[in-house]
Amino acid sequence: MRVNFTVNGRQQEADDVWEGESLLYVLRERMGLPGSKNACEQGECGSCTVRLDGVPVCSCLVAAGQVEGREVVTVEGLADYAKHREDAHPGTGCASGACGTTLDAAKRWEARPTDGRTGEAAELAPVQQAFIDAGAVQCGFCTPGLLVAADELLEQNASPSDADIREALSGNLCRCTGYEKILDAVRLAAARQEETV
Amino acid sequence: MGSQTRATTAPSGSPTSIKQGSKTRGGIGESTLRPDGTLKVTGEFAYSSDMWHEDMLWGYTLRSTTAHAEIRSIDTSEALATSGVYAVLTYDDLPTGMKNYGLEIQDTPVLAHGRVRHHGEPVAIVAADHPETARRAAAKIRIDYAELPVITDEASATAPGALLIHENRDDHHIGHVPHPNIVHRQPIVRGDAAAAAERADVIVSGDYVFGMQDQAFLGPESGLAVPAEDGGVDLYVATQWLHSDLRQIAPVLGLPEDKIRMTLSGVGGAFGGREDLSMQIHACLLALRTGKPVKIVYNRFESFFGHVHRHPAKLHYEHGATRDGKLTHMKCRIVLDGGAYASASPAVVGNAASLSAGPYVIEDVDIEAVALYTNNPPCGAMRGFGAVQACFAYEAQMDKLAAELDMDPVEFRRINAMEQGTLLPTGQSCDSPAPVAELLRLVKSRPLPPEQQWLAAGEQADVRALPGGLSNTTHGEGVVRGVGYAVGIKNVGFSEGFDDYSTARVRMEVINGEAVATVHTAMAEVGQGGVTVHAQIARTELGVSQVTIRPADTQVGSAGSTSASRQTYVTGGAVKHTCENVREKVLELGRVKFGTYHPAWATAELLLEGGKVVTDGGEVLADIVDVLENESVDLELEWRHRPTEPFDLRTGQGNGHVQYSFAAHRAVVEVDTELGLVKVIELAVAQDVGKALNPLSVLGQIQGGTTQGMGVAVMEEIIVDPKTAKVRNPSFTDYLIPTILDTPTIPVDVLELADEHAPYGLRGIGEAPTLSSTPAVLAAIRNATGLELNRTPVRPEHLTGT
Ligand code: FES
Ligand code: FES
Repeated sequence: MRVNFTVNGRQQEADDVWEGESLLYVLRERMGLPGSKNACEQGECGSCTVRLDGVPVCSCLVAAGQVEGREVVTVEGLADYAKHREDAHPGTGCASGACGTTLDAAKRWEARPTDGRTGEAAELAPVQQAFIDAGAVQCGFCTPGLLVAADELLEQNASPSDADIREALSGNLCRCTGYEKILDAVRLAAARQEETV
Repeated sequence: MGSQTRATTAPSGSPTSIKQGSKTRGGIGESTLRPDGTLKVTGEFAYSSDMWHEDMLWGYTLRSTTAHAEIRSIDTSEALATSGVYAVLTYDDLPTGMKNYGLEIQDTPVLAHGRVRHHGEPVAIVAADHPETARRAAAKIRIDYAELPVITDEASATAPGALLIHENRDDHHIGHVPHPNIVHRQPIVRGDAAAAAERADVIVSGDYVFGMQDQAFLGPESGLAVPAEDGGVDLYVATQWLHSDLRQIAPVLGLPEDKIRMTLSGVGGAFGGREDLSMQIHACLLALRTGKPVKIVYNRFESFFGHVHRHPAKLHYEHGATRDGKLTHMKCRIVLDGGAYASASPAVVGNAASLSAGPYVIEDVDIEAVALYTNNPPCGAMRGFGAVQACFAYEAQMDKLAAELDMDPVEFRRINAMEQGTLLPTGQSCDSPAPVAELLRLVKSRPLPPEQQWLAAGEQADVRALPGGLSNTTHGEGVVRGVGYAVGIKNVGFSEGFDDYSTARVRMEVINGEAVATVHTAMAEVGQGGVTVHAQIARTELGVSQVTIRPADTQVGSAGSTSASRQTYVTGGAVKHTCENVREKVLELGRVKFGTYHPAWATAELLLEGGKVVTDGGEVLADIVDVLENESVDLELEWRHRPTEPFDLRTGQGNGHVQYSFAAHRAVVEVDTELGLVKVIELAVAQDVGKALNPLSVLGQIQGGTTQGMGVAVMEEIIVDPKTAKVRNPSFTDYLIPTILDTPTIPVDVLELADEHAPYGLRGIGEAPTLSSTPAVLAAIRNATGLELNRTPVRPEHLTGT
């Protein structure tokens, strides 16, 4: 089957999609957007969280066919989405058209503090920057899902209490951090958001 | 971070006061940010399951549906005939006579041959053009199993006439184990426990059960194997130790090691679960057979079968103490269930035995630890490695003794706390700070969280703060509070004479007018932050701000495993050592070029700082850029910590460990006694880290480890059916790990008492917080309920007696 939908503000078309393929699979393996993670594919961990017409969902539980004509925002489009939050429509996304992370791209990776890809040059959503600054990223596998969920929380509730944060993020497992730094990060993002208002 | 955290610094003059590079920004001791952070928050970081190659195939593993059976036949014809399928391989297709692998004992079949020994053992592998095609084809493979009786515990393993899990054992442990279904046995006898027991005023004993825990790292086992033109293969994979994988993969494939080029791809957590091979050989076999790149990604269900777990354990302890609270003796027997294959069991046995007395002064001990072969899932490395199970039991014993003596449990521990210089049961002296009493004092001195916090906001109870949370099971009635303490001791690094070295390659050159250092190691970054720390070390030692960390691969010498809390110590040590030598070379170049201009080049102690060569008095002699110009300095060196020695097989005596790490916890819990629901309110921790190279990462490790320990206390357990040895809960629906709602605030106290034998005085930190977290929570629940509770995890039925 063929599925047409918008990903990070850009019209996408996926061909030859199997009946049982999830939105997560289509994003990761057909659209070149591996940012949404595949930690359980059972709807239990939240690593695959994306926004579907603005609502956070586990993309592993959404059949690809269900997104026909709808709008999806993934972690790859989060910075852009945050920037255009005021507009009804998110800006143009960054779907590359290639699939997955190509081996070449992966091979070129180096942890380089001055490299624009790892350093200050990248444009980040406030919540993304806060996760880095607060030390909320360790292995980072839970991070994309948490970011999408946390960004939505902050959109709904500019100054959430700790209990609000815990409730909003209770569907996202993290095995590395013990969550303390994740709470710090969301508090930090909220505080910075308040400063700029 | 924040007001939650206090730090106590070492006195100046200790090895933690660093002179070299201390003025260079981003050096050790600073909370510099992860160099991979931006990629990780934008979704661009390439984890092993994200790899993609044009024309690639998907691999899938068919696993046994039974725990113990003879394989009469395997019919793959229908699977192979499925359209889209490129290869279906079984044991018969293995290319060489080497059909097993293993960390220490090569007893794990690449694909089952003749017999399956545990539920979920790999039997066949399939490569196809779509993951679903591969799965469906695998379902068409017909296997004729003849079921065998299952061995699931010590009684069935050593019963007369019990089937041998490994019928032809020829490993080096077989000579000293009492039964071939025992992998390894380590006794430790010191002093005379029986005689010392005579002096005891009180004696307490207990039987404890520790459930099977799963590492449950979030990034699934995965990787991509790409066949190479030279007949070799390139493997991109998430692992903890590239060179250990390579050593096991090469003989099975029948390829020389240099034809298998391994590169670490992004690792989504590990916690010991990636120390053994999972899909590595399978992907390579399929790639070499089909001539195409093959990607394998386990789903969560398969992940529960794809890696070893934490050993479940049965522990029997006896302790005695005098009326004034001094421990007289300790006897214990620890039985670890190693499951069907050895994995790291022998080393886990050594650890459990040697650390079984905990951080206490006990001169007379009689200890025995064994690991069994059974048909249960294989167990091996997991954060805390044998010390966790023992800590759970000895800490319960400490509370029992304190209660018998009517003493405060913390005071009782303080009286018996070991210190620097204390002899451990192995006869080894602890030759670095052991602030056990101080760590307990720190957690105890914290103010307790206010009572009945659920009422904080007003008259209406906030159910989110109560046991049961939003399921609204209580509004505070039937809720009781308890407080519990625990402390633990963990070894750092590989022990028992293992040649525990690491390798680093460091290059210094001028790029775009700036001095840049490049650090290349094979260290697996699994999330712990090694890449951050290596850059900090290079900045400190070389006085430059620009440091590039090259991806880990097998083009550089081994870094050893990212486990045993050892990487900052050992690979960090290797980076430091190599940088020091590079620095010397840079200074030599400077002396040759500029030596005649200033006498200090020959006479003063020189440092590299802020991109310059300076004297220890602060005088600038040259820019590093001018010293190097077009030249580069490039060195690859190995570095080792102090040697250790094996434990004597009869007495357990020997200097087996290189360093110890200590943490203490205080848990505050609230229990709904009617429904048996537990809410952990706070889990305070104090730990000595020797020197915090990156304070922010240190906190992350301590809080993460604490949470894993809490998980096993109240929810985590792989449940294996005792009749069939089948795993009942291989999913995140049924195997529960703590969510952010289950996890309390975790305030941390960090001590920095330098270990003079370690680089910068540092102490391995990753594991210690996992140890005492579990018993502290259990102690708090006992304190709240008055129940005995001798197993993990505590379930509602244990609290309500139903
Ligand atoms: S991968 Fe979708 S919820 Fe876990
Ligand atoms: S950082 Fe590893 S799972 Fe959250």
